[in-house]
Amino acid sequence: MALSGIEIYKLLPKTNCKDCEFPTCLAFAMKLATKQVELSACPHVSEESQSLLAASSEPPIRLVSLKSDGYEVKAGNEVVLFRHEKTFYNMPGLFIRVTDEMTSEQIQKKLKPAEEYLVNYVGIDLAVDGYAIESTSNDPTKFKSAVESVRSVSKKPIVLICKDPKVIRAGLDVLEGESPLIYAADESNWEEMGEIAKNANAPLVVSSPNIDSIAEITEKLKDFGVLNLVLDPANRDLSTSLMQFTQIRRLAIKKDFRPLGYPVIAFPCHAPSPETESIQAAQAITKYAGFIVLETFSPEALYALLVLRQNIYTDPQKPIQVQPGIYEINDPKPEDPVLVTTNFSITYFSVANEVEGSGQPAWLLVSEAEGMSVLTAWAAGNFDAERIAKDVKRFEIADKVTNKQIVLPGHVSVLSGELEEELPDWDVRVGPREAVDLPAFLKQAL
Amino acid sequence: MSIEIPKDSWPGEVRTITIGATAEEGGTRTSTVTVGGEKTLPFMHFESPMPYRPVVAIEIKDRKPDDWSQLLNETWGEVMENPGLWAKAAEEVGAEIIQLSLSLTDKDGNRNTAEAAVSAVKNILENTGLPIMVYGPGQAEIDNELIVPISDATKGERVVLGICEDKNYRTIVASALANDHLVTARAPMDVNLSKQLNILIQDMGLSLDRVLMDPTTGALGYGIEYGFSVMERLRLAALQGDAMTQLPMAVTVGFEAWKTKEAKVGVDVPKTWGDWLERSITWETLTAISLIETGADIVSLRHPESVKRVRAAIEELIAVPAIA
Repeated sequence: MALSGIEIYKLLPKTNCKDCEFPTCLAFAMKLATKQVELSACPHVSEESQSLLAASSEPPIRLVSLKSDGYEVKAGNEVVLFRHEKTFYNMPGLFIRVTDEMTSEQIQKKLKPAEEYLVNYVGIDLAVDGYAIESTSNDPTKFKSAVESVRSVSKKPIVLICKDPKVIRAGLDVLEGESPLIYAADESNWEEMGEIAKNANAPLVVSSPNIDSIAEITEKLKDFGVLNLVLDPANRDLSTSLMQFTQIRRLAIKKDFRPLGYPVIAFPCHAPSPETESIQAAQAITKYAGFIVLETFSPEALYALLVLRQNIYTDPQKPIQVQPGIYEINDPKPEDPVLVTTNFSITYFSVANEVEGSGQPAWLLVSEAEGMSVLTAWAAGNFDAERIAKDVKRFEIADKVTNKQIVLPGHVSVLSGELEEELPDWDVRVGPREAVDLPAFLKQAL
Repeated sequence: MSIEIPKDSWPGEVRTITIGATAEEGGTRTSTVTVGGEKTLPFMHFESPMPYRPVVAIEIKDRKPDDWSQLLNETWGEVMENPGLWAKAAEEVGAEIIQLSLSLTDKDGNRNTAEAAVSAVKNILENTGLPIMVYGPGQAEIDNELIVPISDATKGERVVLGICEDKNYRTIVASALANDHLVTARAPMDVNLSKQLNILIQDMGLSLDRVLMDPTTGALGYGIEYGFSVMERLRLAALQGDAMTQLPMAVTVGFEAWKTKEAKVGVDVPKTWGDWLERSITWETLTAISLIETGADIVSLRHPESVKRVRAAIEELIAVPAIA
């Protein structure tokens, strides 16, 4: 756990020698606590203090990374329980599962559409992160050929699933030079699995329904030299899984409990139906999973999950902004109206969504409002007639339209007089307060 | 190794609120719904049992809506023409509460009237024994015009009236006070605005034992992260002992999810969005589940299949883990 400035101070020489270029050891300690300087700036710190301070600067949840040719999926490095406390950093990777009892054709048929899948949300392209291959046959030859089949379709990172070390070795043979995730070590096989993981330089999942046992095995593996671990509290129902994922996260972050300071993997693929699978996956996204293995590839469920993941992992301190500018919705012609809104992402998407849904063509002027919603921006002085008029000129909107009809959001109807003065040859209208009323407004009022 | 699991022990708890009244209690409902009472974060059974489960309301309208997704119209069919039959159908598919959203106009575009709204509510009460929530169209003047007579006509039923917002809460609160009803207080995704409105309502003399709060949620893809975090913060504040946040949360997931393009539009959308119906139901279901896990006590939904899925998930979540 991160030490406070005072705790760090106690570990320093307390000589105020200024060799670190700070006036006092306390001042240096305060900077260390906020990670603005490196400990190496102090030439006099004792070895014992050094190791204590190094341990305290390790993240409470270890960063674990799966790698393949050109791809990387990372999990861990999280520092909070609730996103509003700071942010969640590394989005859980979504993996689609196949088994080695599927034929090569079946594997390719399932994974090709998954591999080609790319969906755009808020200007960001979202995709599947990788694939999980489970040996249901326990046959190394079959497993090896299943891994080859997956590699014939995709280069993305892989999770290898089998409790038998022999089978895992056969799979690893195909993945030379990669860091796939190996599933899994348990009480009976941890030593052999640990050996394999160490040799392959691949992260290893520790699986047990009981978190006490998980912690025991991670400690043994750590002593054995396997540091990149992932945890599988192997209970699949929503309630137990929510409890255990929360307990692990709390122990890691609030108690700095190292034996559980690793990312967690979830297996909605074991759900009894695609409907319950997407619910389990949603819970895993909002509640602390680092990797998620899915059985079903269905665009509608995947799209919803990818969007949820994007939403939850948005930094709450930095709302997504939209580029100010003039946006064309439903192929507007010069005679169509110009609607005005702000560049706060949700405001923009609500308005754009409603106009698009209405089928009515319009020009949408997204004004620079510091990423605030209409009312907030207006209250803060970031959305006024002058600024709107300036953006109308900056984006040369008069050259695009003939009717010169401009519609203000209903919440800022008070700006209409001033805007008429700023834009004398424009017809200034006041639209609805809420985006949801835009379709009716566009059809009836304009 | 035996790990000592840290347990949060909170000084505060959420108020317990009962919606609806049976004949003995001065109403006509055959069942009532009790929510709230949480002493810890949702489903953390190992810290404190969850006294009441989150419940699912189905949102219906007083007439067939003009702007609902075609998918919803197809699912509900003819009952949408009659709010009583619609309520009955909703009860049959698993509603635990009926949430009526009044329309702004009648089907010919004329302003809705108190008479029509009261008769819709009576029709619903005759056709279902479930407790009800009645929300106005969302414009201050007409909300008050419709909600007050409904409140008078249903005295003693412990109906949830809404929606109280900072600009318009006095009339609805006064009417709830006069007729022993409850209210929903809605603030726009802001912890302090929620608290402020609850204070204003309490200052009018309505006990907070009769107030639900709706922090406004947004839908998946359309601001759910704001609703999600505001709800987490409100619930944490409640457990920490902030009295003005210790109210059960009632959220309009169906309304939010079904106005998204993903749910509303079936043609000319990217192929990667997948099947329209399944996408819409997933959108509503995942929005609901995410919010239930932040502390929502009542979720209003629109599609019967979402109701089925969400209720099954709640069932699973309220089960105390064998190893807890």
